[in-house]
Amino acid sequence: MGIFEAMLLTIITAATPLVLAAIGELVTERSGVLNLGVEGMMVMGAACGFIATQVTGSPYIGILAGIAAGALFSLLFGFLTLTLVANQVATGLALTILGLGVSSMIAEPYLGQSGIKLPQIVFPVLSDIPFLGPVLFKQDLIFYLSIALVAGVNWFLFKSRAGLKLRSVGDSHASAHALGINVIRTRYLAVMFGGACAGLAGAQLSLVYTPQWAENMSAGRGWIALALVVFASWRPWRIVAGGYLFGAVSISQLYAQAFGIGIPSQFLSALPYLATIIVLILISHNRRMTLINTPASLGKSFVPDR
Amino acid sequence: MKKLLFALATTAAVIGFSAGAYAADKAKVCFVYVGSKTDGGWTQAHDIGRLELEKALGDKIETQFLESVPEGPDAERAIERLARSGCGLIYTTSFGFMDATVKVAAKFPDVKFEHATGYKTAPNLATYNSRFYEGRYIQGQIAAKISQKGVAGYIASFPIPEVVMGINAFVTGARSINPDFKIKVVWANTWFDPGKEADAAKALIDQGVDVLTQHTDTTAPMQVAAERGIKAFGQASDMIKAGPETQLTAIVDTWGAYYIKRTQLFLDGKWETQSSWDGLKDGILSMAPYTNMPDDVKAMAEETQKKIESGELKPFTGPLKKQDGSEWLAAGASSDDGTLLGMNFYVEGVDDKLPQ
Repeated sequence: MGIFEAMLLTIITAATPLVLAAIGELVTERSGVLNLGVEGMMVMGAACGFIATQVTGSPYIGILAGIAAGALFSLLFGFLTLTLVANQVATGLALTILGLGVSSMIAEPYLGQSGIKLPQIVFPVLSDIPFLGPVLFKQDLIFYLSIALVAGVNWFLFKSRAGLKLRSVGDSHASAHALGINVIRTRYLAVMFGGACAGLAGAQLSLVYTPQWAENMSAGRGWIALALVVFASWRPWRIVAGGYLFGAVSISQLYAQAFGIGIPSQFLSALPYLATIIVLILISHNRRMTLINTPASLGKSFVPDR
Repeated sequence: MKKLLFALATTAAVIGFSAGAYAADKAKVCFVYVGSKTDGGWTQAHDIGRLELEKALGDKIETQFLESVPEGPDAERAIERLARSGCGLIYTTSFGFMDATVKVAAKFPDVKFEHATGYKTAPNLATYNSRFYEGRYIQGQIAAKISQKGVAGYIASFPIPEVVMGINAFVTGARSINPDFKIKVVWANTWFDPGKEADAAKALIDQGVDVLTQHTDTTAPMQVAAERGIKAFGQASDMIKAGPETQLTAIVDTWGAYYIKRTQLFLDGKWETQSSWDGLKDGILSMAPYTNMPDDVKAMAEETQKKIESGELKPFTGPLKKQDGSEWLAAGASSDDGTLLGMNFYVEGVDDKLPQ
């Protein structure tokens, strides 16, 4: 295996959780809800995914547990912000703090255990293609899911009737309500989808990236995912571009260091953030398009008038 | 955003703490932790020390602790809160608490403070540290014996003297066995991020290192090493569970003995400020069992450890050259502690440019 192939594999592992968490948050935000609790939902997914895997011995059950944990945890956020109309920003922050605490507590007995790594799914024939084969067709289930989810979300938002309704809820909840769309239900579903994706991203961390549990193991990836959504101007495929660019630059800098390139490591560490922001600003420089894509009701609470 | 979160969390922790504080006859000994007490590394080692202290002197003292206290202004508030609530002796267990501890110590002359790994003292503020580099020297020797390619990978956290000292000790140990030994360094710029540490390990292994060591806190690099079938060293605690067939040994922090000794002096009214820098011989660090290596390598490691403990061998002893080839220590000369504590240069054999 050549060094570039090895690098690509490392990049894919690093970028997948970012893409997953960001695509979920994108759907949530497109419905007009700003959930800053991505980090908390992610770390809950990591903890529950790991625990379920250790208990049952099957990482696939771990994946389901991670998804379920993220979705259930987001339901708490949904109840507080949608039913009780609490402030979304404050509730989201609280969700992150709570998630970090609860996950450390429930997973404490599993600290230091070595986990079971999610097996790779190998496509026959395709995986024999030189260079690209092993990179694209010899991956774990979560990687394939991440790409499928982005394609699915893109189709759903822009090609389906339900997606149009969801976007209308995010742009003007009052008008959507007047048209007879159930705003609260739509937002609940969008929030739970976001939670499920963040939970899956967390499960990727504790089942693929580093098959172990460590407190606070998401280490800020939830926040990066949140930023990706904004810089990708709420467009699904741009999330893939942003996530992989971020992954590529942050992995390349580690390889460059090991190679012995004489650039200060502090600068190299900052590079992924700089590069991703610059590129995403460049591709979304069209102000009119950005305005069209920004959910106009983002972060605003909705109380149906009676 | 993260800073704000931490601030909120600490404030909550401090409020919760003050509600639970109560007056007691027993002397109160308090600890400030930078991480969570179950982090599996640095902070956990301190908390194990605290529990040993409770076990030894539990009839005369009670202990309290604040965990996940961020370094910076919040630390000052947290330490001050402890001082006000009647703690007689306060251990602050992270380098980044240094200035906060100095400030609070000046305000509370009757309270005794002990700051880990720092260098600022006062009449009521002592410092304590551990000669981790002694362990790294032994690791370097083992690496030189085990490695087929003569290149080790080193995952470093931040370019502070403590970490640079570790790298130099490892290289010096390795080159005492194989004068051509080289290491590749990757700076992760974090103490704790399993994913990033794993990425750094992959980057090093993909470029041909066949033994790995780390100065970051999680077991992720050990796991990657196990997956790729190379050997590795653990850090801060015994990581054998993460790599039963991978870990050669690990540096294990054992603070308990120090905490018991100093707290006893405090109880006897004999506590005085000092700058303590203990090593293997004092039991403030120990080596995890030497495993996964041939018997002769194990014997060599044990022999070196004995020599360091008896004082016969000082890891930084000349002839040693700096990275640029200029002389650092002449034959037979040993480095003084001041140079080590402020170390900002590499010795010969490091394949990296030191970030300044």
